[in-house]
Amino acid sequence: MTTEAKNNPPLGRVIVITSGKGGVGKTTSSAAISAGLAKKGFRTVVIDFDVGLRNLDMIMGCERRVVFDFINVIQGDAKLKQALIKDKRLDTLSILPTSQTRDKDALTKEGVEQILNELKTEFDYIICDSPAGIERGAQLAMYFADEAVVVTNPEVSSVRDSDRVLGLLGSQTKRAETDGAEPIKAQVLITRYDPSRVEIGEMMTVEDVLEILAVPLLGVIPESKAILRASNVGTPVVLDAPSAASEAYEDAVIRLTGTELEMRIVGERKPGLFQRLFGRTA
Amino acid sequence: MSLFDFIRKPRQPKSAQTAKDRLQILLAHERSREGSPEADYLPMLQADIVAAIRKYVAIGDKDVEVRMERGDQMSSLEINIELPKTPATKAG
Repeated sequence: MTTEAKNNPPLGRVIVITSGKGGVGKTTSSAAISAGLAKKGFRTVVIDFDVGLRNLDMIMGCERRVVFDFINVIQGDAKLKQALIKDKRLDTLSILPTSQTRDKDALTKEGVEQILNELKTEFDYIICDSPAGIERGAQLAMYFADEAVVVTNPEVSSVRDSDRVLGLLGSQTKRAETDGAEPIKAQVLITRYDPSRVEIGEMMTVEDVLEILAVPLLGVIPESKAILRASNVGTPVVLDAPSAASEAYEDAVIRLTGTELEMRIVGERKPGLFQRLFGRTA
Repeated sequence: MSLFDFIRKPRQPKSAQTAKDRLQILLAHERSREGSPEADYLPMLQADIVAAIRKYVAIGDKDVEVRMERGDQMSSLEINIELPKTPATKAG
């Protein structure tokens, strides 16, 4: 797969990971999805659009290797190649960190477009990690996207903000503004899902969320201790020890590449006595 | 607290259901307001109706209420005109 993909012309798909609300798992999902795609052999780059609040570098574990950033490239102070950080675990994965500048206007539409166009000539997937909110950074992260992953927690404020963001994807983006262009393919990724709370009626079900948002489902990531552990050590969750969350992200990645895969909700079960005695069977 | 409290526990609606119901009502409202650029003409329509009626009846700016309701099957435009108690016209 890896060698085959490398000889093909790059796919150049731009995917925005967005949500409106903060803290729902955009950066965690961006890291997991980009690492998952790279693991499958796709040439992947993940861009941090959260100017002023750089965090993707820490989640990816490359915070000490940042020399130049996204804004340096936009302003012509560095070449794109100088700013891209090659992942040490996967040679198909690169990271473009954002700047810690407080100048919100540092990000320009023309600059973003130019960088994306350059990346499209080399990468299969360009993952844009959007900041929270619906301000400039979030607008530019989604503007040039071909696809969107809307990260949603099964919780009222997150679902409401996701609905708002879905509205913006359908109206404030290049595809929406271009006559005859196919609209952005938006899918919802439900994160922090707790099947045991859903079962007793304390949390909205996947069906509830989908009925409200009315977009296809990319995947369901269960609430899992593996997420914090992975972020503690700077490893995307799919590159860390197998867990319910990593399996769920791997499934989502398969669906993102266009392969149909039956939806399964992996719960984080505590191993029972039987399992502990005889080892995991599944 | 007695041992049999759980038997008498009043059956409350599940909070997840409440969350879903609240969201559905709220979003139906928010979606109808935003994202429908055609609704921008409502204030102008309201001003035009006021002007037209004022040719015949003395009414205030706020006496005409225009409301748009959007549904999946059908949308309706509701115009509510409040006339003064004693119409200022000869016909009556």
